[in-house]
Amino acid sequence: MTEVVLNEPLSQVSLLFVSSALAFLALALVLFSFQLVKLSTVEAVSSEAKAASSGSTMVDEKIATDKMTATERAGFILLWVSTAILGVGVVLRGVAAGRVPWANMYEFSISGAFLILLVYLTALKIKDLRFIATFIAGFALVTIFAAVSLFYVEVQTIMPALQSYWLVIHVVVAIMATGFLAVAAGMHIAYLLKASGRAKKLFSHFPELLQLERIAYRFNVVGFVLWSFTLIAGAVWAERAWHRYWGWDTKEVWTFIIWVLYAGYLHAMATRGWNGKRAAWLGLVAFLSVIFNFTIVNLFFKGLHVYSGL
Amino acid sequence: MASSFLSRLSFWPRFFWRQLTSMRNALILLLLLAVAAVPGSVYPQRSADPNGVKVFYDNEPELAAVLDQLQLFDVYTSVWFSAIYILLFVSLAGCVLPRTKIHFEALRARPVQTPKNLERMPEYLSEAGDSSVLESAMVVLKKRGFRIDRQQESISAEKGYAKETGNLVFHYSLVGVLLAVGFGGGFSFSGQRVLVEGDTFVNNLASYDSFSPGALFDEGQLEPFSLTLDEFDVVYDLANRANIGQPIDFIASVSADFGQTQTASDIRVNYPLAAPGANVYLTGNGFAPVVTVFDGDGNISYQGPIVFLPQDSNMTSLGVIKAPDALPEQLGIIAFFYPTAEKLTTGAYTSIYPDPIAPLMTMNVYTGNLGLDSGIPRNAYALDTANMEMIAGRDGPVAAIELEVGQSADLPDGLGSVRFDGLLRFASLDVAHNPGGIWVLLFAALSLVSLTMSLMVPRRRVWVRLAAGGKIEFAALSRRDDPNLTQVLEEIVQEIRSGSKK
Repeated sequence: MTEVVLNEPLSQVSLLFVSSALAFLALALVLFSFQLVKLSTVEAVSSEAKAASSGSTMVDEKIATDKMTATERAGFILLWVSTAILGVGVVLRGVAAGRVPWANMYEFSISGAFLILLVYLTALKIKDLRFIATFIAGFALVTIFAAVSLFYVEVQTIMPALQSYWLVIHVVVAIMATGFLAVAAGMHIAYLLKASGRAKKLFSHFPELLQLERIAYRFNVVGFVLWSFTLIAGAVWAERAWHRYWGWDTKEVWTFIIWVLYAGYLHAMATRGWNGKRAAWLGLVAFLSVIFNFTIVNLFFKGLHVYSGL
Repeated sequence: MASSFLSRLSFWPRFFWRQLTSMRNALILLLLLAVAAVPGSVYPQRSADPNGVKVFYDNEPELAAVLDQLQLFDVYTSVWFSAIYILLFVSLAGCVLPRTKIHFEALRARPVQTPKNLERMPEYLSEAGDSSVLESAMVVLKKRGFRIDRQQESISAEKGYAKETGNLVFHYSLVGVLLAVGFGGGFSFSGQRVLVEGDTFVNNLASYDSFSPGALFDEGQLEPFSLTLDEFDVVYDLANRANIGQPIDFIASVSADFGQTQTASDIRVNYPLAAPGANVYLTGNGFAPVVTVFDGDGNISYQGPIVFLPQDSNMTSLGVIKAPDALPEQLGIIAFFYPTAEKLTTGAYTSIYPDPIAPLMTMNVYTGNLGLDSGIPRNAYALDTANMEMIAGRDGPVAAIELEVGQSADLPDGLGSVRFDGLLRFASLDVAHNPGGIWVLLFAALSLVSLTMSLMVPRRRVWVRLAAGGKIEFAALSRRDDPNLTQVLEEIVQEIRSGSKK
């Protein structure tokens, strides 16, 4: 491969952007939390009453508090701003390294957080998913914070094993899958909290349980297809790099486990008595496995996927 | 009656079959499979990390024996793991086969009879209209790709058969993947060979340092070809201060003789060489210093390159030289090689850079019995010093021998001398072939396409009926989750209206 000249000053600028995104994200999170606290003091207008007033027989999908409060609007503006700043940080990191910015854990985390925010903000244009803004902002915040504080490494040239176009394909699809599955996980949490019957007033502002379940399903479906692709692309790459398409390397094992868990979730959704809470728990466990795979397996399990850079 | 007797006789098998093929059981088996896969990531596996198993045995022999009994070092070929996935696939077949029959019939059959009470459907609209609406509906629904059945005063239409087709094909593809993995694994092989610069490898069983064949492998699968490692190059990052010494490319330049064709090519990580009947992969590399050992009588008792195993990222390497023919006594040497040597304050050496800038070899020399005649196979990379005496080395009677390239040194007590003749590199090559690989990929790709089809295509039924009193009814039903059903029916009705007005 041709020698890449790394640009360390530029990677410092990138870090500056990533860190400031963190600050804006924290502010957004505060506002979203504040909004939740406000919502928890008033009961939402019941859906029947709304249905009666709008004249439709359909259950309205939108949450009861249709109108954005000033707090909420400020929160979303901050979320957009932090996503844009983070995006600049991610791009600069790639420019500084002279390659795609997802070759180690730090880079995977910031790119992942960026894509999760992007998936969420895009989905928001199509559907009213404001109610999980706190979860999304919180999740992205924790991811970026971990990236900056725990996983940070200076730009590096990548080892020969990673010098492949599969790094672009395999990893970017893995990140996208994680983005969709993360949004679904937010829905599962919302579902389980609402179903538990606690904080009735707050969750009266959330969509109906059936609605939450359906949204989660849709995001999981997309995530599952992308995850399947990640698995296949990984096997193709492994055949080139490690002379076998599958060897039960720890990372392969966990990619497989996650795939099977989500397959289980899809079956649960089609099985009477298993949808609802059980499916939600299953989806959540599956997503926790995704997180486990990225953190614990990367850092503490022995295997061939040694790219954390730590 | 005979039939009732038969049905009683077949009750239990039927019962188990029904249990096994129920969706709930498929779900439970899936969850079991996920859980059963976990220990394989916790304990070292013989297939992926045989050395890890050895180390585990050395550290905790008793626990290791118990784990081994439970097949926890061979999770993915264990009885219990196999049992789960075999049951899962039996359950899959039991579920998918009858569904295939039903689906085939549905594909040939007309859409269902229009239900009596359309207003009970999840989507329902009604308005005034006449039979022209039905004519317009025929056109609109046909254009939208619905399969249509014109019944007396109504139209029954259905589309999205691809959903079930996709679902079925997906499950069959998984069976295909499993079969391709199984048969491919049977006929596969992979062999490892360490090749020093200048050495030639001929593709036959005897040439491999280690070889792992599948259960159905036949030696005839090894096509005759030979490879010579002309040169091995490592490219280091020299441009970026923080990364200096980081290898950015490994290049094994080889001359290959494939019988009909002779080629010169490079094997690199991620870029294997396609040889007849197998791919040749680059999996490792290191230094192979060339050493000559003279015995006490002045005869050459060893000469040639020695493969040194790298110990750290700066390529501090460890090698063992055995001279069984040396006189008066056998000689054994444990040698360390430092590509760029630097002396520590303790007097020991370390390598501070992986490329040979200031190469140095140090030797601990032993004399005595190498133990090669006892019939026990010996590891070429280890020296058993139990029956040997150290004559030079750290804490020995004489300090360790230090040699730069080209230098030689006498051994103490007139036992001979050693010479560091030169420095070569070696490459670890892996010759591997799995004929199932391409089939696994094809079935996996098919499963991905069909999965997407199954999850994304909506299956919808639409009915239009001319009811009594000049009323037209529209209704729609969807299988499972379909967020757009309302909107789709509205669009269809809109199109039908504008069609009937023309």
